[in-house]
Amino acid sequence: MPPAAETSSGLRPRYSRAVWVSFLFIAIAAACLPFADLSISTLDPWTEMERMLWGVLTPDFLAVSNLGTAILQTVAFALVGVALAAVSGFVMAQFFHLRLVRLLCAVARAIHEIFWALIFLQMFGLSPLTGVLAIAIPYAGICAKVYAETLEEAPPAALKVLPAGVSTLSTFFFVRLPDAWVHIKNYTLYRFECGLRSSAVLGFVGLPTLGYYLETAFSEGNYSEAAALLMIFYVLIATLRVWAKPRLLGLYLVVAPFLLSGSSQIRLDNVLRFLGEDIVPAPLRDANLLDAGTWSGLADWLGMLLADQALPGIVATVLLTQIALVATAFLSLAFFPLISEKFFGRFGRTLGHIFLVVLRSTPEFILVYIFLQLWGPSMLPAVVALALHNGAIIGHLLGRYSDEIRLRPDSPVGINRYAFEIVPRMYGQFLAFLFYRWEVIMRETAILGVLGIATLGFYIDSAIADIRLDRAMLLIFITALLNIGIDSLSRLIRDRLRLSTRVESCRG
Amino acid sequence: MLLKLVKQDLGYDRGPVLRGVSLGIEAGDRIALVGESGAGKSTLLAAIQARLRDRAALVPQNPGLVASLSVFHNVYMGRLNRHPSWYNLLNLAWPRQRETAAIRPLVARLGLQDKLFERAGELSGGQQQRVGVCRALHQGGELVLGDEPVSAVDSHQARTVLDALHEQFGTVVLAMHDVELALRYATRIVGLKDGVIALDRRNTGLKVSDLDFLYRDRDAPRS
Repeated sequence: MPPAAETSSGLRPRYSRAVWVSFLFIAIAAACLPFADLSISTLDPWTEMERMLWGVLTPDFLAVSNLGTAILQTVAFALVGVALAAVSGFVMAQFFHLRLVRLLCAVARAIHEIFWALIFLQMFGLSPLTGVLAIAIPYAGICAKVYAETLEEAPPAALKVLPAGVSTLSTFFFVRLPDAWVHIKNYTLYRFECGLRSSAVLGFVGLPTLGYYLETAFSEGNYSEAAALLMIFYVLIATLRVWAKPRLLGLYLVVAPFLLSGSSQIRLDNVLRFLGEDIVPAPLRDANLLDAGTWSGLADWLGMLLADQALPGIVATVLLTQIALVATAFLSLAFFPLISEKFFGRFGRTLGHIFLVVLRSTPEFILVYIFLQLWGPSMLPAVVALALHNGAIIGHLLGRYSDEIRLRPDSPVGINRYAFEIVPRMYGQFLAFLFYRWEVIMRETAILGVLGIATLGFYIDSAIADIRLDRAMLLIFITALLNIGIDSLSRLIRDRLRLSTRVESCRG
Repeated sequence: MLLKLVKQDLGYDRGPVLRGVSLGIEAGDRIALVGESGAGKSTLLAAIQARLRDRAALVPQNPGLVASLSVFHNVYMGRLNRHPSWYNLLNLAWPRQRETAAIRPLVARLGLQDKLFERAGELSGGQQQRVGVCRALHQGGELVLGDEPVSAVDSHQARTVLDALHEQFGTVVLAMHDVELALRYATRIVGLKDGVIALDRRNTGLKVSDLDFLYRDRDAPRS
């Protein structure tokens, strides 16, 4: 907590701005609590939990007949989707100074990949294209933004000494790209890791990836099989740096498109019907646009949708987000010492790493799904799952950051070291990570509606189930706006508090 | 005359650092800018650079290297404007024999021969500074503008660097903190003090002691 320099009085103890902002967010979350449904509705959560734990202890790798297929499909979808995203993101990064490109990217990444999948399902059915585009589009948006920001940081001194009249192309490849390249490579690999999680989750809407088999195993109460699936997934992610070397990735990428399975038939009339008819607001369909009644019908339709669905959806989404954000904050501060050299020896840290890797690697969607099985539909599973997953991500980053802090030889140990030496030095970084995650938490919160929690996703999912795609599209658009709003607010706060971080892996 | 400033106020947004600057630079001048740090040497250089951008090679204090490219590539960048883009990209991926042959002797002269294909970011500060000088030498042109080009190298290398710069360029303008070196190489000394040009003289018979006043506070003589 850097002391505020602007006020002069050093006579009384006072809090820095960063701490006041923290208090504010805690107060908001506390105010949200009474309105959030945090009940446990299952009759006997303990028995179910026992059965799940037993499943974890007795993973059954042979029960999953399609284990190979599940893993292969998960990797293939991630690979093709992220590759498309990286290439198109790189191209768009070159035009990121154009407002239109920035806007398109913002919308693309504000819509969760599951929403994209739900949209493309209507157009292409369960074709591989649905899964690939559902990953590629939002990822292209975020890649474009991060690549553009990275390229912005070209060494200004090197630009200055260039002789006059060097072509833009030469400047790009000699000055802008070289130093950015390693960051771009690392970020893309991180995106691929995220892509694996997204690809797994897309199974929940019917694509042939891990989530599909996981949902089946869970719904049949076959927890040993579910545990086996998850464990394979953890190994896959933990060993990413071994099997995902840049050269090998090129090779995989040649093969992957041929492995994608799903119905290969895309029917053009489906696509056209979706674009030309289904998403047109119902009152406007086949209506006389010159008739005043059409427009009053549209106004009624809009009013109904906003008041009955969008508004309650937004309220629930924001409530859940704010509570989950603060819970994430507390958990990440509790988690980071587990992997920090400043607090634990090698053995303890190894355990800490395993714990955090498991929480980080499990997509929050799957965590929520598991807790929902335990506790029934309320906001509780969502808060716990979001806080665990995001807390593990930020805790991991903070832990690594804390290792770089140099302490004097006679510095205190234990809780005193934590409170006086480490946390104050990292507090700005911690808030930066947290505010970057804010938007991610909100995007994730909205999608959880698909699992039955009454956030925006719930209304979107219901509208799609009723084949009211016009409503679904409008609600998805509202969700995107909400995300973009939170993103701007987060940036405003980060700028005000002068928080920034070079670590890209907490982003989007 | 390459450049003529008449009673100009020079500085940044916050207001002028140098006031009423009148300075002419003739082709063939070898000028050393001297004065205490903060006296405005960099400001004056930046003003000259802004006006002669197209004709001058630069050796800024921060050598302006691209850390992840090799020494060869950083030096090659001095001539990026002389080749078509495709040829530049070709050299980025596979350095051509012709280009390495042109650059190798420059690098060797400044003692970096065994670093030609090392990444610039992995070199020491003094080595990086010499790479920056090599780039300016490779770029060539009628004049060179240098901001403390030998601040990070030892005195032997400093002479090598200054010899090379004075051989390559007809006109030389260097900000120098080492007054003895300045007097040895420059034909003209421009001294800055308290935001004005306090001295502008041919370097004939000037002694180190003649420049002492530039470094002395009015009230507190330096011991």
